[in-house]
Amino acid sequence: MKRPSNRNHDFLLEIKLRSHPRLLCVLRGAMEPLMEVLGFSEEERRSIIRAIDEAVSNIMRHSYNGRLDRPIEVSCRSLRRPSNGKGGRGVEFLLFDHGPAVDPTKLCGRPLDELRCGGLGLHLIRGGMDRVEYKRTANMNQLRLIKYARSSKRRSNP
Amino acid sequence: MKISVRRVDKATIFDVSGDIDMSNSPELRKALLHEIRDARASWVVLNLSGVKYIDSSGVASLVEGLKASRDMGSRFVLFGLSASAREVLQLSRLLKVFEVRDNEEQALTS
Repeated sequence: MKRPSNRNHDFLLEIKLRSHPRLLCVLRGAMEPLMEVLGFSEEERRSIIRAIDEAVSNIMRHSYNGRLDRPIEVSCRSLRRPSNGKGGRGVEFLLFDHGPAVDPTKLCGRPLDELRCGGLGLHLIRGGMDRVEYKRTANMNQLRLIKYARSSKRRSNP
Repeated sequence: MKISVRRVDKATIFDVSGDIDMSNSPELRKALLHEIRDARASWVVLNLSGVKYIDSSGVASLVEGLKASRDMGSRFVLFGLSASAREVLQLSRLLKVFEVRDNEEQALTS
């Protein structure tokens, strides 16, 4: 998967996985300790992991239409909160896939006042992250997710 | 994810453990719908105390179980929700849609 290189010094982690749902638990397992090291609270970690898991699930289900062998890339870097903000540091995730372009108008989720199966993933992504941005770049879908820590308890300096 | 089924009086209890995600939620859905529609269970109770993570596809399986139980006139109860499961239902505005109890004793109370 060729994409614009990430030369940022705050780069933390990059995971390349196939679009197989059985790999979702591996991704969650990798995220949990990293988010803890970055100082996110338990609740924040759950929100982040849920958002990443739902986003990658959406790629598997919708972008790759259930195909099990397509590439997905998840990269993560630490961020500093903009100077006008309060509180701790943040984390940015970039998710890339080679599926067809997504219609951004369809990225709003369904109304939650209906008792229906499915369509909840986008709400869980948006509800858990501070910023969610989609763009098409170099024939790939790029989803950018950002979360800032409410209170930073950073344990080390990865 | 592991699912085991037991019966206590009139209730069928599903003890579910492990993570519920896109890889295994169809299995949960199938087990629930079989019990509700085919076995015509009048009272289905889900013990989720062993479930640390549930994604939107898992929630969708629970919603299908709830809808099927409403169609069949049976009762559908959840108990033992982890913080993560509770948050997912809350974010999906489903926490008040389900009958949620803290533990098995409460779940088995009429």
